[in-house]
Amino acid sequence: MTIQVITMALLLAFFFFIISNAITNLETIGKGYSFSFLWDASNYDINQTLIEYDSRSPHWRAALVGIINTLLVAVAGIILATIVGFLLGVLRLSSNWLINRVVYVYIEYVRNVPVLLHILLVHGIVVNTLPVPKYAMMAFDGALFLTNRGFYTPKPLFEPAMWAVFIAFIIGIGFTIWFKGYARKVQDETGKIYPILWISLAAIFLFPFIVYFIAGAPLTWEYPELKGFNFKGGLVLRPEFVALWLALSLYTAAFIAEIVRAGIQAISHGQTEAAYALGIKPGRTMQLVIIPQALRVIIPPLSSQYLNITKNSSLAIAIGYMDIVATIGGISLNQTGREMECMTIVLGIYLSFSLMISAFMNWYNKRMKLVER
Amino acid sequence: MSSEKSYNVGEHPDLPPPATEVGFIGWVNHNLLSSWPNRIITLLTVYFLYLIIPPLLNWIFLDAVFVADSRDDCRAIANAAGEELGACWAFIGKRFQLFVYGFYPVEERWRVNLSFIMMMAALIPVLFDNVPNRKLGLWYSLIAPVIICWLLIGGLGLTPVPTDKFGGLMLTMVIGVTGIIGSLPIGIALALGRQSDMPALRMVCVGFIEFIRGVPLITLLFVASTMLNYFLPPGTTFDLLLRVLIMVTLFSSAYIAEVIRGGLQAIPKGQIEAADSMGLKYWQSMRLIILPQALKISIPGIVNTFIGLYKDTTLVIIIGLFDPLGMGRASLADTKWQGLSTEIYVFVAIFFFVSCFSMARYSLYLEKKLHTGH
Repeated sequence: MTIQVITMALLLAFFFFIISNAITNLETIGKGYSFSFLWDASNYDINQTLIEYDSRSPHWRAALVGIINTLLVAVAGIILATIVGFLLGVLRLSSNWLINRVVYVYIEYVRNVPVLLHILLVHGIVVNTLPVPKYAMMAFDGALFLTNRGFYTPKPLFEPAMWAVFIAFIIGIGFTIWFKGYARKVQDETGKIYPILWISLAAIFLFPFIVYFIAGAPLTWEYPELKGFNFKGGLVLRPEFVALWLALSLYTAAFIAEIVRAGIQAISHGQTEAAYALGIKPGRTMQLVIIPQALRVIIPPLSSQYLNITKNSSLAIAIGYMDIVATIGGISLNQTGREMECMTIVLGIYLSFSLMISAFMNWYNKRMKLVER
Repeated sequence: MSSEKSYNVGEHPDLPPPATEVGFIGWVNHNLLSSWPNRIITLLTVYFLYLIIPPLLNWIFLDAVFVADSRDDCRAIANAAGEELGACWAFIGKRFQLFVYGFYPVEERWRVNLSFIMMMAALIPVLFDNVPNRKLGLWYSLIAPVIICWLLIGGLGLTPVPTDKFGGLMLTMVIGVTGIIGSLPIGIALALGRQSDMPALRMVCVGFIEFIRGVPLITLLFVASTMLNYFLPPGTTFDLLLRVLIMVTLFSSAYIAEVIRGGLQAIPKGQIEAADSMGLKYWQSMRLIILPQALKISIPGIVNTFIGLYKDTTLVIIIGLFDPLGMGRASLADTKWQGLSTEIYVFVAIFFFVSCFSMARYSLYLEKKLHTGH
């Protein structure tokens, strides 16, 4: 009890000390602690904006652009890292000696070199070795132009009728969820097995595709064109984004590969043999016996890797990608001199990201936990 | 035909195994060509390696220039030899001193060398337990950091060197080693606090750990470099390197705490109860029973955290300290060597790979050595 009282007293004294210091210090230089600067014009441009923004927009909008850019690179990174990571993890377990070794070397190289170095290296390769727009490298028959000013690809232009296709897509997903439950019920009662995969695929992809043609193909593409020294039109992935995205995903993929390998190896071979003994086919053994058990081991460390991608995306500042640290924590901070407020916002945003991800993880863990007697 | 010779039942001599099953051919058959998918994978991998390896080798060794005075010189040498320009390693060679010592005064560099040797010597009794006079060695390891600190900073008879002259690999070592030494005890304390029965203490530890783990290191470094002065009594100035050291240590101690908590949770409750029934006090049971077991199973996690910390030292370039990466980027400003960033990155990558890979290997060795199970 005494220890607790002492701890709390020390803690309170510490907070009192630093806060009173902060107040005196701020008073001496005549700065308050207020967030009103957020509504002043920001006076700087951001090179990648998904929402409307220009230099007359207020600082809070710059922060919002930053948050969206952070989320964009994080989500894109998570998707690519998961795909590559699972692929590498499975290849690492392959019985083929050659591919096994190649993947091993890749994983060890990537894991033992700092992520910042990867980001700078990929950025250097994109900027220094890709050609200028005039001599752009063309891939996929004009669908993708690789230049040192970014990757250019046709931009989809939606006509109003495109909404029907999106609605069809959502209906397809809803139908799949319902159908899965229904199929399980039927299987529990009668033992009849539906081909869930094919029906789901048809509902999610084929159905919107048909709707697309019924609606009269309401989608056109705007192709990038070379005008003067650069491409105009089309969708552009800026070199900073490409470098950050590739470097983060390839870095994290190596960690995910190790997690996947450990997860699959954690399932004892007896499980597979037992499933075979029951006469279950190899494919369904994987699907019904191995993967559900392996996922239980894989998911917790996987979600912490997702969190790592989100946090590592803050290294964007090293190559000039305008994420939350670079906008509100960088340029806005330097322009207004409001270190306290800006850093509070940045820290608060990252904290809420990680609290959300760990809340999700706890919920998932609870759902997946082995229920023992 | 002699092989057609007939034998009585039970008298056939043993035949050697078929050539396709043993030796090199057997190995290839089993590991590379066992089935159709396997053959396709092998083929694709070989093609992939064919695409990647020759250009890489050319760039790193065959077309590379090792001795030159400027980038144009490199290019001229490569042209004279009639080959395309590969890596221009001459740059790394010319700037090697800068990469290692940073801006540390030339005449004082023996102090850095001596510190490095002392650190290596201090590591030996800590890392390996079969060295002679280990006990004496451990005492040395305990006081060595203090001497090294004095050697590097100076004062008390040595010329003082301000910490903004620190740079290069030496800076990486200073930050990495200080972080590693500092974060382990703090991490253990935080983990014990988080597991303790006292709600106030537990809350403080949980709050600290979750806060640190929730934000990226780079934002904490920004806090250290821009905001920390506000929280100190007016007029105090605080060395930037010291601030970075404190932040890095606190950052990795939160991760260490979580790793050790995992180890603590894995210890069966019976161990604590047994210690209690033997009449051991809290600290005694922790020191003698719980922590040795918990630390043992957390070794892989602890080493991984250390590797992460060591790699994260590169982030200091963003707040203006010059580790090897920052040193390299700074020396690119020299017009003679412009545009050689890839060489720097590869050089620094090799350095980090060697240090981190050996740490990982050591952790494997330790795991094997401490594995007392079956």
